[in-house]
Amino acid sequence: MAYTVQTRTRASGIAAIIGAGVLMALVCLPLFASRSLIQDMFLILTMLVLAQFWNLLAGYGGLVSIGQQAFVGMGAYTLFGVVILGGVDPVAAILFSGIGALIIAVPTAFFAFRLNGAYFAIGTWVIAEVVRLLVAQWKTLGGGTGTSLPREATREMWFVEGIETLFGVRSAAARDILAYWLALALAVATIGGIYWLLRTRRGLALAAVRDNIEAAKSVGVDAVRMKWVVFLTSAFGTGLTGGLIYMQKARISPDAAFSVTDWTAYVIFIVVIGGIGTIEGPIIGVLIFFLLQSLLADFGSWYLMTLGVLAITIMLVAPRGLWGLLSERTGLHLFPVRRRLVAPKTSET
Amino acid sequence: MILALENVSKSFGALTVTDDVTFEVPQGQALGIIGPNGAGKSTLFNLITGNLRSDQGSIHFEGRDVTRVSAMERCLTGIGRSFQIPQPFEKLTVFENLVVAATHGRNLSEAAVLDECADILLRTELIGRANTPAGQLSLLERKRLELSRAMATQPKLLLLDEIAGGLTEGECQALIATIKDIHAQGVTIIWIEHVLHALTSVVERLLVLDFGKIIGIGEPDAIMGSKEVQEIYLGIEV
Repeated sequence: MAYTVQTRTRASGIAAIIGAGVLMALVCLPLFASRSLIQDMFLILTMLVLAQFWNLLAGYGGLVSIGQQAFVGMGAYTLFGVVILGGVDPVAAILFSGIGALIIAVPTAFFAFRLNGAYFAIGTWVIAEVVRLLVAQWKTLGGGTGTSLPREATREMWFVEGIETLFGVRSAAARDILAYWLALALAVATIGGIYWLLRTRRGLALAAVRDNIEAAKSVGVDAVRMKWVVFLTSAFGTGLTGGLIYMQKARISPDAAFSVTDWTAYVIFIVVIGGIGTIEGPIIGVLIFFLLQSLLADFGSWYLMTLGVLAITIMLVAPRGLWGLLSERTGLHLFPVRRRLVAPKTSET
Repeated sequence: MILALENVSKSFGALTVTDDVTFEVPQGQALGIIGPNGAGKSTLFNLITGNLRSDQGSIHFEGRDVTRVSAMERCLTGIGRSFQIPQPFEKLTVFENLVVAATHGRNLSEAAVLDECADILLRTELIGRANTPAGQLSLLERKRLELSRAMATQPKLLLLDEIAGGLTEGECQALIATIKDIHAQGVTIIWIEHVLHALTSVVERLLVLDFGKIIGIGEPDAIMGSKEVQEIYLGIEV
């Protein structure tokens, strides 16, 4: 008897090759792309990372949070704090952003894990608002009106000088290229990390808890620990992204950094239309989101209404999103996690 | 004694579902539990597995007090269960259902449990459905999955909740053979069942529950022959 387990499929093999090609092209993008394209790609990649982490939380962990802006804002303010007050290099400060987000994630979890479903969602939102109001009291970082990164810090940022000479561009453009590469690295690490998690036994446990928590506990799954792992991982990653976004912007205010629309509503839209509970979903979702944004940019509030109508339509017609619809029809999985038991070759079944 | 309950009680509001229950199960025994609907049989199971906490009394497993221990930890110490209404992880495949139980229930890696999970599926005749999502299974297959998943945690004490209900005679016989097989390996079994002939073909001792109270415990023949049990459980005026 020699049963084996297989997760790879032919489609995933092809996808991996294409993915590697796309990744190479994205790494080389600054060689031939315009500065505005680099800036757009930065936004797409950072929104993708936020969407992946919200998807990990809600789609895989069943924790529907609408308070992600707390971690974006906290990450961003931590970056500004350590750069302005501690004199840390902005690139190095991004790591502190993740830690800053963790510092509020721990007490948030103690409070929010006592709530379930809709109450959890509202709880996280309330906490995010509280954090925003507290940060707005912090006068050294500009209070309610916000502040900017000091010019010396951004000009002398790590790697910027190297990129200036390498591409023969000015400091501001070099900073955009650096931010883009960091966002690309973060996106690759996030997708790779989440895919790795789903393929371990913890990934199976997440799926089990989502399907039936009582049964999961009865077969030895530590459901509470799974919640903590997912919540803290998501907070850390969201904090890092927040730090990176505001390192690129170089200007911060509490209302922008803790915006529920920018950092949670759009993110939920991306995940829901793309396909919740899949890695492919947020990738498709973020592309559609940016397509719509550039098409409808001149229509003001009609833009938001269109997003809303589209989200509702997709939820009704295809509750598992566009990717869910596609993979249901075709059986296609670019990031397969299903473990298939393969019978020994000699036996005929 | 592998399991000992002492003065265990549980109420939901004004309704006492488990009323001062005391009994012991020796290592390796198969104990059957019978009683009318609503007698508190499944609640008793949930108290033993930790899915519910008792209001009063104590539960000892292998000499250790587990009264306040979580369901997850009780599984790790060796208490496995099936649910009366099958509770599969519907989006996972049959094989993955077993892998979750085997890896988390015993803290092992996926590679370490592969052969054993395949072996359990062979024994419970689910091997042909290994890669089917559990949500697509028939009732019989779901019941078999309940048993298979509990086996994957390698319990020392296995609690089976109405696993034979709704099956045909042939299906029932196959199930009995599997349960006898598990019992023969030294696993202690507590089995709630309405299908009496299935139950009595396996168990060595019977416990009768009514309104949350134990009204009889002993040899199956003696229990089934007692006047009180026949009146309450079978509804016969003797």
